[in-house]
Amino acid sequence: MSFRRRLSILAAGLTLAWLGVAAADAQDTLLNVSYDPTRELYVDFNQAFAKKWQSETGKKLTVKQSHGGSGKQARSVIDGLDADVVTLALGYDIDAIADSGLLAKDWQARLPNNSSPYTSTIVFLVRKGNPKAIKDWNDLVKPGVSVITPNPKTSGGARWNYLAAWAYALDKNGNDEAKAKEFVGQLFKNVPVLDSGARGATVTFTQRELGDVLLAWENEAYLSLQEFGADKFEIVVPSLSILAEPPVAVVDTVVDRKGTRKVAEAYLQFLYTREGQEIAAKNFYRPRSPELASQYAGRFANVKLVTIDQTFGGWRPTQEKHFADGGVFDQIYQKGR
Amino acid sequence: MPANATASALSDPAWMRRLLIATALTFLGLFLLLPLVAVFAEALRRGVFAYWVALVEEDALAAIKLTLIVAVIAVPANLVFGVAASWCVTKFDFRGKNLLITLIDLPFSVSPVISGLIYVLLFGLSGLLGPYLKSEGIQIIFAVPGLVLATIFVTFPFVARELIPLMQEQGSEEEEAALVLGASGWQTFWRVTLPNIKWGLLYGVLLCNARAMGEFGAVSVVSGHIRGYTNTMPLHVEILYNEYNFVAAFAVASVLAMLALVTLVAKTALEWRFGAELAATRHK
Repeated sequence: MSFRRRLSILAAGLTLAWLGVAAADAQDTLLNVSYDPTRELYVDFNQAFAKKWQSETGKKLTVKQSHGGSGKQARSVIDGLDADVVTLALGYDIDAIADSGLLAKDWQARLPNNSSPYTSTIVFLVRKGNPKAIKDWNDLVKPGVSVITPNPKTSGGARWNYLAAWAYALDKNGNDEAKAKEFVGQLFKNVPVLDSGARGATVTFTQRELGDVLLAWENEAYLSLQEFGADKFEIVVPSLSILAEPPVAVVDTVVDRKGTRKVAEAYLQFLYTREGQEIAAKNFYRPRSPELASQYAGRFANVKLVTIDQTFGGWRPTQEKHFADGGVFDQIYQKGR
Repeated sequence: MPANATASALSDPAWMRRLLIATALTFLGLFLLLPLVAVFAEALRRGVFAYWVALVEEDALAAIKLTLIVAVIAVPANLVFGVAASWCVTKFDFRGKNLLITLIDLPFSVSPVISGLIYVLLFGLSGLLGPYLKSEGIQIIFAVPGLVLATIFVTFPFVARELIPLMQEQGSEEEEAALVLGASGWQTFWRVTLPNIKWGLLYGVLLCNARAMGEFGAVSVVSGHIRGYTNTMPLHVEILYNEYNFVAAFAVASVLAMLALVTLVAKTALEWRFGAELAATRHK
């Protein structure tokens, strides 16, 4: 192996890499940085939107996708992942991006419904026949029940899980915060492992067969039934849950630099159209449009839902109090260990 | 084996030998062969057609291409660095030599996740150089250059670690002789040093390549996980697995395994072909 040959290989490699990068840049592309369970949703949605975009403008569009725990994804965008749009699990994660100056602080007022084109809630996924007889949140704190949920520090779904449990405890104990803290602490004592994202937790429960119950996004739970068959798992709807509003936003600095604002905005607005809402509903997200909501009403359980704004006073104070370093979650999780 | 008094006195009893061989083989079978077979079995569970479809899928092809690009850049870079470093460490005496050797080893002792984070801290938007690079329109992390950098970092020591002991053992007498006889520095390197180390070098390059293609932790941190663009094969395997797409996940995993096997076969073939030469340079 001569040195000269090595050099030519190196040169060839560099050229190849350069060509690869150049080719990727030459296309009209959007990057959608999203949270974990939306993979299937955006595969369908991107296809529909690219078709519409091409018929309206004649331009070919590629939508690139990145998925992961919502908090982790927000972190990547803050660190420079060039997302044209973010579609994350909860408002605070986009607030965090706004705090770093990448998009306007009033982002949530720019689109209808708190910029959340679809909603979801938290339900339980149990093994067929429900062997541990899990009916409601209070069954999760019983000794011997193993609960699977991802890590609230990195996962948006896990934060909704945690807050739904908290809201249930408040409701049962006449809004006694200390009792709620004790209840959620008890619950997390039954959690053997914390995955970083919702999909990881689902795989832990369904594939590695750990735990008796998975706290899951409604859409994620239905998807598991669809993937693995209703003969393996059952969905249990608790007496009370939380209205999860996964918001979407255009990242101002990125689209202005890349010149993609128009297509990025059209992309998010398409989520609110009849077609977009229908794709969401088909992927088990609750549509906002009243028309489609009634059309797909049979898909979604009728459950009492509290909201983050009414019960917890919005995401910023909630994040600060529960999930910041040394917050309530850190206190109860360390005590539980 | 012929019964020989000296030999039997010098070697272990037959049952001991058999036991040791059996233990080694059981271990190999359980921890190496079985998982390897399982990967291929899972990949081919739905037949050869499904396997093929999974491999020629757009994102899978992109992942394979990206992995090869990263390896093609990272491995030669580390080859040059490794030779230069071991040359410098073994043929010269200078202050701080031990410190240099320790530094070369650093990527081995640092967790790959940290290796990735180093680059996020350096090139991230909130990092040291990030804002400047962004204003210049240069994307390092969450793009190919970041993946290459992280891979170079974690595979840094392979070539040097392979060469330093070899060159230390060989000493610098031959080079000194060459110099005394009037050879230039380059001539000495090409005609004396390189022929002496080529087998160790090859071995180091193969190890380096295997790790470059298989690295997960460090590239996971700097990748941004954009499908079809910044997912190398190991990252793509994880994504497919998390999407309940087991056949595809194991199909891509099997390609990784095959790349590793090809590397091994190449090494064995070269050893077999040039065995005598190899033995000669090793026992100099």
